[in-house]
Amino acid sequence: MIDIKNLNLKQIRDGLQNKSFKAIELTETYLNEIDKAKALNAFITVTPDKAISMAKESDNRISKNESRNLEGIPLSIKDLYCTKNVRTTAGSKILKNFIPTYESTITNNLWSDGCVMLGKLNNDEFAMGSSNETSYFGPSINPWKRKNDDMPLVPGGSSGGSAVAVSGSLSAATTATDTGGSIRQPASFTGTVGMKATYGRCSRWGVVAFASSLDQAGPITKTVVDSAIMLKSMAGYDVKDSTSIDLSVPDYETNINKNIKGKRIGIPGEYKIKGLDADIEKNWEDGISWLKSEGAEIIDISLPHTKYALPAYYIIAPAEASSNLARYDGVRYGERVHRKDLDEMYSDSRSDGFGEEVRRRILMGTYVLSAGYYDAYYLKAQKTRKLISNDFDNAFNTVDAIMTPTTPTTAFNIGKKFDDPVTMYLNDMLTVPVNMAGLPAISIPSGLDKDGLPMGLQLIGKRFGEDDLFSIGSVIEDCRGTFPNPAQWWIEK
Amino acid sequence: MSEIITTNEVRHLVQGGIDSWEIIIGLEIHAQVVSNSKLFSGSSTSFGSNPMSQVSLVDAAMPGMLPVINEECVRQAVKTGLGLQAKINNTSVFDRKNYFYPDLPQGYQISQFKYPIVGEGEVAVDFKDKESIVVNIERLHLEQDAGKSIHDLSQDYSYIDLNRSGVALMEIVTKPDLRSAEEAKAFVTKLRTILRYLGTCDGNMEQGSLRADVNVSVRKPGDALGIRCEIKNVNSIRFIGQAIDYEAGRQIDILEEGGIINQETRLFDSATGKTRAMRSKEEAHDYRYFPDPDLLPLYLSDDFIKQVAIELPELPDQKKARFINDYGLTSYDASILVADRVSSEFFEGVAKGRDIKLVVNWITGELFASLNRLSLDIANSPITIESLGQLIDLISDKTLSGRLAKDVFEIMLDTKEMPKKIVEEKGLSQITDMASIEVVVDKVILENPDKVAELLEKPKLIGWFVGQIMKETAGKANPANVNKILRDKLKLG
Repeated sequence: MIDIKNLNLKQIRDGLQNKSFKAIELTETYLNEIDKAKALNAFITVTPDKAISMAKESDNRISKNESRNLEGIPLSIKDLYCTKNVRTTAGSKILKNFIPTYESTITNNLWSDGCVMLGKLNNDEFAMGSSNETSYFGPSINPWKRKNDDMPLVPGGSSGGSAVAVSGSLSAATTATDTGGSIRQPASFTGTVGMKATYGRCSRWGVVAFASSLDQAGPITKTVVDSAIMLKSMAGYDVKDSTSIDLSVPDYETNINKNIKGKRIGIPGEYKIKGLDADIEKNWEDGISWLKSEGAEIIDISLPHTKYALPAYYIIAPAEASSNLARYDGVRYGERVHRKDLDEMYSDSRSDGFGEEVRRRILMGTYVLSAGYYDAYYLKAQKTRKLISNDFDNAFNTVDAIMTPTTPTTAFNIGKKFDDPVTMYLNDMLTVPVNMAGLPAISIPSGLDKDGLPMGLQLIGKRFGEDDLFSIGSVIEDCRGTFPNPAQWWIEK
Repeated sequence: MSEIITTNEVRHLVQGGIDSWEIIIGLEIHAQVVSNSKLFSGSSTSFGSNPMSQVSLVDAAMPGMLPVINEECVRQAVKTGLGLQAKINNTSVFDRKNYFYPDLPQGYQISQFKYPIVGEGEVAVDFKDKESIVVNIERLHLEQDAGKSIHDLSQDYSYIDLNRSGVALMEIVTKPDLRSAEEAKAFVTKLRTILRYLGTCDGNMEQGSLRADVNVSVRKPGDALGIRCEIKNVNSIRFIGQAIDYEAGRQIDILEEGGIINQETRLFDSATGKTRAMRSKEEAHDYRYFPDPDLLPLYLSDDFIKQVAIELPELPDQKKARFINDYGLTSYDASILVADRVSSEFFEGVAKGRDIKLVVNWITGELFASLNRLSLDIANSPITIESLGQLIDLISDKTLSGRLAKDVFEIMLDTKEMPKKIVEEKGLSQITDMASIEVVVDKVILENPDKVAELLEKPKLIGWFVGQIMKETAGKANPANVNKILRDKLKLG
């Protein structure tokens, strides 16, 4: 048996190449672990047949020295990415039986590089949520638990399943998406590395849209170098996505452990928000001293419009979502409630097919775009967005990257915030501004709080400054030291 | 539609039961763009294909699909704008117009709301016996067509064909500058001519390539604009006229009875010639327009616009001026000939090196009348530029008399043969040789001594002699020569 718990993607890549193990062995090990981890509910669909046939193909290529960049590495995919002939649900009842005839650009990139698909991962319905509790397929459960407390915790969201699968060693790496923090917040809650690329860096083609101007893909991995390896494969210009940028993708891996002497790191005062957990604030200070010790220059900066980011986000994201989700009408695909009357067919199909949080956001979005409210809400939110973006532009005149905590608290109990949407939304306070400005950001596990739960530090970069984030991130990782795995409580003895 | 009154001059009044009324008309023309593929997808646009055979993943609004602008459609819109003497906007924005209908897969139509690609322009419209008018164009924007709902295939279900879904339309909006059904019809005819010259819309109304929404209101001369009704989707020029006349009459009747007009959307029923209410202002949709986040704003460089301008063909107004100037045509003849690009090219083809007056008379007379009678287009006329040219040459070199030419023309219509061949085969050429005619003249004089006596009393009888001679020669004698010889022989001076 291969000890996948203590292997990261880079080690797996090396192991496959120097034939320490075969892709098929590796894949079977992962499938076995997935099978034993039902309690985590990380997967909506497991694809063992596909995984085994892809692994065999990889072994065949490795034996013939025809390996592609990521040959034989077993991955899992957030169920927001359309995968050809594999059910893609977006975590929603309305798509519970939807099987695309096409493959998203990003997953296609990964398969072209030789990756092996293990299955599709749980997420909040249409990526709307911060705890994975809005999934029609039930919440995914955080592998981490508080010391001396058996209460199940949320893994964060919306990419909950993606974070759980990496944290619980059920996949070497996973894909995720981030509209307001959906990669970084779950990464922070589960002790994993979550990278959201610059808007336009990864193609959105074939990824179920939540809020088109904010959605961006990225990987969740165990280490920063794994994140660099994954993003290199996922990213790239795509003519099929008009918002993707025609810019070559650097070899991010070369940035790992680069000297950061002289790098200027901004610390924004506005991120010391009320409600920021004391341990997290302390951890942030640790991060500052680590970077200082490596020769970085720490600069206090101001991002004055930070506090308006969340309210503006909760206008723009629902507005776009209300329109993006109009296509789920029961007419061409997806679930339909049969009715004689057209309006009844629409309203019953959508009421039945969408969960409460999705309906809430569609209603909010419809409201803010309505005649008479558009200027007061949507237009104002767009102006606010511009101001937030300007704040970052100004800051990047004097710094190379910005460091903040990823979340105000560590993981919380399942059910704790579910009935209080506003408290739930506050989780995204420190991550949302980045999406509003379209910048890249990475969350790196940076310690455990007093309860033994993972904390994360967020690095925010310049537009297309992912390489800086990987080099500074790998330094944080080194200074922090080895990060533990969670106890495998989910495996039934 | 704008409420600005562009002219106070009263051009046309209709008499109601009590008062005289002015009709105010504005049009929104939907013109299907000539392009091989759709506005935002690569699907074919050809008409009359099997249902659902031209539908891409984008057209069917599958999850994660994204629109990509078709440059050819942009070029066509710019070309049309230039043809309407309009301002081309360097920046325009695509918006989403949100509403639910089964033949609208995305749940929104991608259109241009605030920032159209083309701004204000104008179209001159000529009439046979009154002054020309200038119709101001408010704007032109690009948008997607919807699919087609078919309600009569089943009792229980409606069927949807998405072949049209996503096809590019240009919506051309006039200011409320039209004052009668006649003006509206003449405007649409002229617009269609311009579009066909440009090759940007085929103008085939029966196939739905050109449709009009007609805004009608009435007022007493000098009053402010009345409340308007919009008649949707009128698909023939004749129906546009009927709809305006009916609708104006309906509104005048209501107002003269002391009623008020409901601002509403109406439908024209071509079977009854009447309009009926579709939905009122209160039931009007709130389309929740907002910029489509999947598409960046459309920037057109001055160079691009210049390049399109260079490629612009000669337009009907320019051609008309040239015909008057170069060929000495009357304004009326020139406008008839330029009304159709093919007719104008036909004329120029035949006119080269020939008697212009003869050419115009033959085209606008015999040819147009025959095509009309046979319900044929000039484009598929059995008479070609070469054959008509040859016929006119035969008239000019006196091989054929006018009468013989008409006989030959009829044979040409039937057989598509060249006139020379017809003349040779049927021996139809005119007898111009004096000696041959003299023989016949002598014969007729000798056989009719009583008529000769009579003729000396009544010189008008010469016509009878000419008739006899033509009969003897089977119509082939040159009538002028016959006349001359008769007069010489009988000393009629």
